[in-house]
Parts: sequence; structure tokens; C-alpha cells
Amino acid sequence: MPNIPPQFGIFLFIVAAAVLPLVFASGYQTFQLTMVVIYALSVLGKNLVTGFGGQVSLGQGAFYAVGAYTAAVLMDQWDVPYWATLPIAAITSGLVGLMLGLPALRLGGLYLALVTFALAISVPQLLKYKAFEGWTGGVQGIVVSKPDAPFNLPISSDSWIYLFSLAVGVVFFLAITNLVNSRIGRALKAIRDQPLAAEAMGVELARYKTLTFGVGAMVTGIGGALSAIAVGFVSPDSFTIALSLTLFVGMVVGGASSISGAIYGALFIQFIPNIAEEISKAIPGVVYGVILIAVMFFAPGGLAGVIANQLRRLRAARVVGTGRAPS
Amino acid sequence: MADTITEKPILEVRGLHAGYGQVKVLHGMDFVVNTGGVTALLGANGAGKTTTLRAISGMVRTTGDILYDGERINALSTEAIAAMRVGHVPDGRGTFMELTVEENLKLGGYTRRDDTAADLERICTYFPKLKQRFRQQAGTLSGGEQQMLAIGRALMIKPRLLLLDEPSFGLAPLIVREIFEIMRQIIISERTSILLVEQNASLALTIADMAYLLETGRIVMSGPADEIRRDESLRRSYLGY
Amino acid sequence: MEGVLHQIVSGIATGGIYASIALALVMIFLATHHINFAQGEMAMFSTYIALTLLQLGLPYWAAFLATLVFSFVMGVILQRILLEPLANAPVLASVGAFLGLLLIFNNVAGWLFSYTLKPFPSPFGVGDPMFGGMFSRHELGSTVVTMAVLLSVWAFFRFTRLGLAMRGAAYNPVSSRLVGVPVGRMLALGWGLAAGIGAIAGMMVAPVVFLDPNMMGGVLLYAFAGALLGGITSPLGAVVGGVMMGVIENLAGAYVVGTELKLTTALVIIVLVLVVKPSGLFGKALASRV
Ligand SMILES: Nc1ncnc2c1ncn2[C@@H]1O[C@H](COP(=O)(O)OP(=O)(O)OP(=O)(O)O)[C@@H](O)[C@H]1O
Ligand SMILES: [Mg+2]
Repeated sequence: MPNIPPQFGIFLFIVAAAVLPLVFASGYQTFQLTMVVIYALSVLGKNLVTGFGGQVSLGQGAFYAVGAYTAAVLMDQWDVPYWATLPIAAITSGLVGLMLGLPALRLGGLYLALVTFALAISVPQLLKYKAFEGWTGGVQGIVVSKPDAPFNLPISSDSWIYLFSLAVGVVFFLAITNLVNSRIGRALKAIRDQPLAAEAMGVELARYKTLTFGVGAMVTGIGGALSAIAVGFVSPDSFTIALSLTLFVGMVVGGASSISGAIYGALFIQFIPNIAEEISKAIPGVVYGVILIAVMFFAPGGLAGVIANQLRRLRAARVVGTGRAPS
Repeated sequence: MADTITEKPILEVRGLHAGYGQVKVLHGMDFVVNTGGVTALLGANGAGKTTTLRAISGMVRTTGDILYDGERINALSTEAIAAMRVGHVPDGRGTFMELTVEENLKLGGYTRRDDTAADLERICTYFPKLKQRFRQQAGTLSGGEQQMLAIGRALMIKPRLLLLDEPSFGLAPLIVREIFEIMRQIIISERTSILLVEQNASLALTIADMAYLLETGRIVMSGPADEIRRDESLRRSYLGY
Repeated sequence: MEGVLHQIVSGIATGGIYASIALALVMIFLATHHINFAQGEMAMFSTYIALTLLQLGLPYWAAFLATLVFSFVMGVILQRILLEPLANAPVLASVGAFLGLLLIFNNVAGWLFSYTLKPFPSPFGVGDPMFGGMFSRHELGSTVVTMAVLLSVWAFFRFTRLGLAMRGAAYNPVSSRLVGVPVGRMLALGWGLAAGIGAIAGMMVAPVVFLDPNMMGGVLLYAFAGALLGGITSPLGAVVGGVMMGVIENLAGAYVVGTELKLTTALVIIVLVLVVKPSGLFGKALASRV
């Protein structure tokens, strides 16, 4: 069998992800796929913090909200073009992440979980606060108009936003993959698995932890900014604790310590609720809860872990089946 | 003392294997603790002394037989074994740091349904220092005091078999002598059978009547304590003193 | 001046509720080093059970007692089937299981009982405010109830053989087994007790905030703040911290930030405690391994 480099597979996947929906998907389906990309990016930020950094953050929804509101306020108040809001959203969400992460990271896992949980609960209230109403629109939120395709491209607004989000998503997935495989990534894994040994080896725990937390918040914030552009609307009640829990479920189900896990997780949180909701409004939450516990018990590596195991088994079976290769 | 023992042994261990996960530590040990007697289990660091006591108390997985009063206890839980009046003074003393001295002792008597107040009094007569610190947090005690507390706690169970894991560990010689002096009194008046683990062989042999020497999970020598003490060549080659 | 006093007094009433949940959290934390993120939702669910029993025609205190028994059993069962197997799992696994529980309780409650706000009766009646408008009847009654609960929990742990064994099992499971304490059973009892305490808090707060599946979100946040303020390793601290949070909430709401930022007040306190004194007022410094 010819040896196909894995990069080629990824390339094909990206091309297919870009082209197929333009041809086959309806407007709403395209929007759903846009949300998958956005969730994947947001979950990726969480994976970086938890799966690779070993820190449990429950408030990723807050960074998502910061990104979304940054984008919406910039577009609404100063007519900043949508694409230019992304770098600014990255900065604001990253900064908020650092500010909250610093005190908690010094103390270790459960404190961070607590602080971020508290943050996630209080986000809607902060967004509704009167003093910020001039910018945030208070309870009403902010409506922004969806961008059209540039250069008179003959595609719909939804399709364009999809392509735009996909491009941003691809860039960040590749960047994070590189980060994880770099020296920094190895240091992170060492910290996660052997904190004491890592410290003895001179890895500066606190700095790396804080950095990962900031980068994770930033990536999720960019996801939030894209969501503001794609949905065309932000309001406090879109950013409740439920959002943070959803992202948490996406991370766990996909597989926290895997890059591709973020994509599986995103597909899961985008499509499972739609299916489950047809039975009852409460069902998605129950399903989430049951699946969360089931994953913890039976598949701590999430879908990515299950898939990796199956692939390994398949490969092993093939080796046995073909016997020794002729020399 | 040895010649007065005619009853069946309180503890009989046959072909005992034990370890931690993949690591095997004990490789087929045989020994007995005679009823009313003091048996010493001697050995260097890492020989498996603590593991032997843990095996008896059901804290590690075992194969072979551990017969307590004739009954096989391998499969029982630690708390069930304790409830059969096996007192265990663990490696590291196992102090309940956050509780007071009094509460530590009372917790020692947890399995007992009868009134423990009199025993509490009696145990305090062995350890007057504990009595003075009755209401103090146990975590604030000195090492020697914590060792006394650990022994007192194990006595509260009214043990028929008392397992002592290196009571001399990490203590100044003067304190060690004091503790062994108290143990001598306890042996005389409590009539409990004792399995004493020690690295300090010369000290242990002064209060034991039987001794076993453990090397990397196997018994390599055994005999009455006074014979070993008298036999200089044996002492030299095995115990290094 | 009278206004301030009123705010403080009524703050103590809600503070008692925060203190109860904070105590439940600290009990679980001491025994397992886990934070039960589902503590609030469990209390909410128990309160719905109480409401259902009342609607079936049970007298209030009978429903109250039955709810306690239900919650206790629920806590014991949850510990046995769900948390015991995860006892030594990494932080992410236990947090995941707790969040799973939170989602299940919240949504099952919504499913069974709907998401609409429901009034919940107070056993102390409405009546006129007492002591010159200082106290409503319910505030007085619920303060008495929560303080009685906290006192009896304290007495239970301080003076009974079982309470002592539960403390021992929490602090030092290995030594506890060696003196014959069945540690697993003690942890399950602790869970049952914590669930029961939470249920009382739920039934006391429901007449004030009305019952709905999200009723405990804010309460849990204030309980977290209270537990951290008092010191997450100190049961006494949890109680003091919880009561303080009730008072802080009222004073801040009335004079500083207004009622719109109540939740944020708790968040700020949490962050402040972690920055200034992570061990809280009464707690011990924690090893950072947790
Ligand atoms: N919890 C554990 N997990 C894995 N291995 C262990 C554990 N405890 C002890 N061991 C190993 O078992 C062997 C015997 O240890 P044990 O503590 O029984 O020795 P010991 O004779 O009591 O030594 P010491 O005199 O130093 O107390 C050692 O090699 C030790 O490394
Ligand atoms: Mg030892």
C-alpha cells in the first residue's frame, strides 16, 4: 500500500469541509456547521487548559461571552469590520483569563474549578449591569448585521461566514497542534503528569500553567467572537452556566487530551441536543448528565480515545491477517 | 516465659505471599505468634516487615494462610479484622492529627460495645504524659508522645493480638528506653499476645521470647529470643551486633 | 441606622441557609477532597419532593421529615454507586461526575415539575413583621431552624461515637480502618447527612425565592464564597463564613452595588479570599496538590 502522509489526509478533509457544504447544505444546515466550527474552537481552548495543562476550568463560557461581546460591541459602536474584531476579542478574553487564572492557578486544580464555576454563574448578571448598558444593550443585548461575502462572490452570507469561520478554525487547530508538539507542549504534559518531577527539572509550573490558561481563554474567546458574527445577536441569557457546562460536556465527550477530540465534542454538542430536544426540553440536559457520568466511568479518554483504540486494534488485526511481509 | 506456653498459637502464618500490584514483597513466609507471648520480627530496611503486618491486617492482597485464633482471616476487611480485637500500631504511628488525644484514644475503642471509660483511665496510667495532654490536638504532640498515643489507641481495642510496627523509629534513645519500659509493664499486666517488628534487634530481643529474621520477604532464621541473644556467632552473622 | 440593623438581621436569616450548604460542602470536602458541585441541585430536588408531599396533603412537618429521610437515602445511594468508584480518580473525573449529577437533577426537576416558578409554603406563616419590623415570621423561623440544625450537627460530631468515627474516617481513613471504623460506610453517612442539611436549606429558602429548578444557583455560589471565606477545611469556618456572606450580600445590595450584582459580589469575595488568604479565616493552609 502506498504511504500517504497524514498531512494529505488532513488537507483533503479541510477541502471537503469547505466545498461540500456549499454544494449540498441548506442555509440552516450551513449555519449549524458554522456552529460546529465555533464550538470546536471553543472546546479546543478548553482542551488546551484541561487536557494538556491539567487544570479544570468550568467557566469557559465566560471567555466565550467576553469574545462574543467584544466583537458585537466593536461592530455595533464603532463599525469595526467583523474580521478586525477577532484579534481584539482574542486579547480581551485572554486578559480576562489571565486575571482570573492567576490567583487560582497558584493554588491548584479545585480552586480553579471553583473560581471559574463562580464566574460562569455570574456572567449574565455582569452583562446585564446598568453601568455597561450603553455598550452591552443590557437585557436586550446587541443585534449586529451578518456580513456578506466579499468581492461579489456568488455565495450566501451564511456560506461566507462558514468559510470564514472554517479558515479561522483551521489556522488555530494547526497552530495549537504545533504548540502541543513543541517544547512548550512537552513541558505542559510533564506538568500535567508529574508536577513534582517537572518542577524539579526546572520547569516553571506557574508560568506555563498561567500561559496555557490565557491561551485557552483566548482561543475560546475567538470562538465566541465568531459566534457573535454568525448568529448576528448577543444577549446575556445566551451565556449562562449552561453554556459553560455544554462546552465542558463537549470536551469530556470528545476527549480532553486530544486535538481531534474537540471536533468530535463539537459535533456532539451541536447535534445531540437537537435530536434529544424533540422528545422534551429537559432531555438534552439529562442526556448530557448521563453521558458525562458514563464517559467518566467507561471511556475517560472520550470519543477520541475510543477511536484511537479502535484504529490500533484494526491495525493490529491487519498485521496478523497479512502475516509477515515478504522481504 | 517460653516454657509456659501450651495453648495453640494466637496467630499462625503459612506460605504467606503478598505485595503491591505487580511488586511481590513476601515470598512464602511461615511463622507463629504464641498466645500470651511476644514474638519479634527482625529485618533490615525493605525486608517486608511492615508488609507482613499489613497483610495480617488485611491491608494488602495475600495468598497463603493467615490463621488468627484458628480462623483464616485473609479475605476479611481491615475493619473486620480490627473488630476481632487485633490492635495495630502502624508504621508512621497513624495519629489522627486533627483530633484531640482523648478523641484518638476513644476512637481506638470504636469497635467496643462495653464501657471504655475504665480502660481509658488505665491506659493513661501507663502514659502519664498523655493524660496531661488529654485535650490537646494530637498533631501538636512530640514524636515520642505520638508513639505512646498510637500504642494507647491500639490498647483501647482490648487486643488479643497486638501488632507493633517499629515503636522505636525516629526516637531519641532515652525515649525509646522509656517506651520499651512501658511496653514491659503492658506485657505483664495486659496479657495480650504481641508481634513486634523492629530494626533494633538487640532491643527487641530483650522483651521478646521468640524471634524471626526476615530477609527480602523470606524467614531466614528463627528461634527463642534468649538463645539468639546468647549465641554470639548467630548474632554477628545475622543481626550484625 | 435601623435600616442597617434590619439588613444585618435579615442577612443572618439568609446567611443561615448559606451556612448550611457551605457546611454540607465542607463535610464532603474534608472526607473526600472533592467539591460537590451538585450540592445545590440536590437541595433543590429535595425541595420539590417536599412540595409534592405537601400537595399530596401531608402536614408540613411530616412532609419535612419525610423529605429529610428521602434526601438522606438519596445521598447515601449516590455516594455508594457513583462516588465510591471514583474516589481515587483524577480531579477531572470527579468534577465531571458532579457536573453530570448537577445536569441530571436540574433537568429531571424541570422535566417532572416544569420550569415555572412555584410558591412554597412557610411553616411559620406570613403574618406581620415582628420586633418592630425587624424580622418577618419566616425569617425568624428559618433562622431558628437553620441554627438548630447547625448546632445539632456540631453536637453530633462533637459528642457521639458515630460522629467521632465519621471525623476520623474523613481525616485519616487508613488509621480509621485499623481501629475498626468502616470508612466507606462513614463516607456514605456523610453524604446522606450533607444531603439532609441541604434539603433543610432548600425548604427554608424556597418560600423566599420561590421554587424553580435553578433556585439554588445563587445560593450555591454564596455557599462557596462562605466556605472559602471561613476556610474550606473548617466546618466552623463554613458556618461563620456562610452567615457572613448573608450579611455581606444584604449590606452590599442595599448600600454598595445594588441587587443587580448580587452574584458578582460572591465572585469578588471568592477571588479576594484566594488572593489575600487562601486558607480562609479558620482553615489550615492546604497542600497545593488538591
Ligand atoms: N505502598 C507500596 N507500594 C509499592 N511498594 C511498596 C509499598 N510499600 C512498601 N513497598 C515495597 O515493599 C518492600 C518492603 O517494604 P516494607 O515497608 O514492608 O519494608 P520494612 O521491612 O517495613 O522496611 P523498613 O524497616 O524500612 O520499614 C520495599 O521494597 C518497598 O519498596
Ligand atoms: Mg516498615
